[in-house]
Amino acid sequence: MLDDFLLRAGLAGVGLSLATGPLGAFVVWRRMAYFGDATAHAAILGVALALAADLPVGFGTLAVALVMALLVSTLAARGWAMDTTLGVLAHAALALGLVAISFVPGARVDLQAYLFGDILAVSRADLGFVWGGAVAVLALLVWRWQALLTATLNTDLAHASGLNPDRERLILTLALALVVAVALKVVGALLIAALLIIPAAAARGLSRTPETMAVLATLIGAGASLGGLQMSLAWDTPAGPSIIAAAALAFALSAVFGKMRRA
Amino acid sequence: MSLLAARHLCVTLSGREVLHDVSLSIAPGEIVTIVGPNGSGKSTLLRALLGILPPAKGAVQRKAGLRIGYVPQRLQIDPTLPLTARRFLSLPVRRPDAEAQAALARCGVPDVAGQQMTGLSGGQFQRVLLARALLNAPDLLILDEPTQGLDQPGEAAFYRLIDEVRRDTGAAVLMVSHDLHVVMSASDRVICLNGHICCEGTPRVVSNAPEYRALFGLGTQGALALYQHDHDHDHLHDHDHQHHDHGHHDGHGHGPATPARQARGTAEHDHAG
Repeated sequence: MLDDFLLRAGLAGVGLSLATGPLGAFVVWRRMAYFGDATAHAAILGVALALAADLPVGFGTLAVALVMALLVSTLAARGWAMDTTLGVLAHAALALGLVAISFVPGARVDLQAYLFGDILAVSRADLGFVWGGAVAVLALLVWRWQALLTATLNTDLAHASGLNPDRERLILTLALALVVAVALKVVGALLIAALLIIPAAAARGLSRTPETMAVLATLIGAGASLGGLQMSLAWDTPAGPSIIAAAALAFALSAVFGKMRRA
Repeated sequence: MSLLAARHLCVTLSGREVLHDVSLSIAPGEIVTIVGPNGSGKSTLLRALLGILPPAKGAVQRKAGLRIGYVPQRLQIDPTLPLTARRFLSLPVRRPDAEAQAALARCGVPDVAGQQMTGLSGGQFQRVLLARALLNAPDLLILDEPTQGLDQPGEAAFYRLIDEVRRDTGAAVLMVSHDLHVVMSASDRVICLNGHICCEGTPRVVSNAPEYRALFGLGTQGALALYQHDHDHDHLHDHDHQHHDHGHHDGHGHGPATPARQARGTAEHDHAG
């Protein structure tokens, strides 16, 4: 059991989807796509710092992603022009990370893995990290679900119901940083946001309630992971991009199907 | 014992004092309407009373255990968020189907439970918002321009519904409007706001008060007729504030306004002082 690298890869993809499905739904509802990008790109800087300081890579990415997510979230709350600010932060984080990582001896070889993931090389320990992080994020979202949804709908409404919208935003920020840290190994820094947004967007046209959308996004994410791995195996394509391509295919099918149903 | 009271409330938004020394209280079962020109701080006052905005000075007091039902000014639902009316009623507190259905029926929209919120008409949407607020079994309903975007008959029907709800549940109602005619006729008490409380009292008293006339002009006798819509007051709305959005100022700004213009001048002296 778990000796087969393909089985470990499949399990890692499915486990990650447990978190990216519901969190991705919030990213879509709250229009945080660029926010996800900025946080994910910061992970590369985290990798560089962790390697330089001889710390575990997971710890470095989690810390830097968390700092970036908090920074973005604070700027947003202060009313900065978010489209521009996020554009600056997302690309600056990526560029800084790439520059920083070039100073770390030996890391150049692995750069591809950090940018696009290396799901076929997932170890048992990695698998534990992915599942642990994903289940933690899922538990957090389920626990705060009603409050998160109300705050997403309207902050005044949430406030008048005795909720604190700032706290709910912080919870999503935390969840996002955690997902970035665990997803880095699976799809890489450049495609984490895609794994959040595409399955959720594919689920939108098929859903009538927020809950269905979150569950469908999880299923689509899991299906895309397994499908992408198959594709990678059959045609010897890179695994991370293949997973995202499979998710994009699901989105296209859902868009066509949704249109046919409405017609 | 009042349900909710503000004592010498001042609210500052990004360095500007939007509300100055506002004191008011809401008694059980009464309908109070806040009127005022655009930018007069109406929504700010509601948000301060709800505890969303902190007071710079003064205080808001609530009766212990007060339950508030809130209908926000505008609820923009992102099109990416699938949300049926039924699901919306269960935010943030989950409600049993029977209760939700009863609330929808009470608000005159018994058949929308399965429909998407984004697919509802303006009138249906506002009624679903009201139904959600009623599910909290409120002692006090707070509504921020609840009829924005409704046509005249829709507006009148909505205010009749509010009045029925008040009769059935005994809830007090505090609402904000910049529409004077329909809303004032539906109120027990009107508070005229322009950064501070200019005047308050029954609709008849307020519509005859010089401070009110200074803000809204003379054509306010129609305020007491439920369906009558009278444009004659429009041309006086936009003194140094933002324009009023009725969209037909031109062509009304002639003739009979001279006394009111003088009154307006007086009022502005008052504000400065």
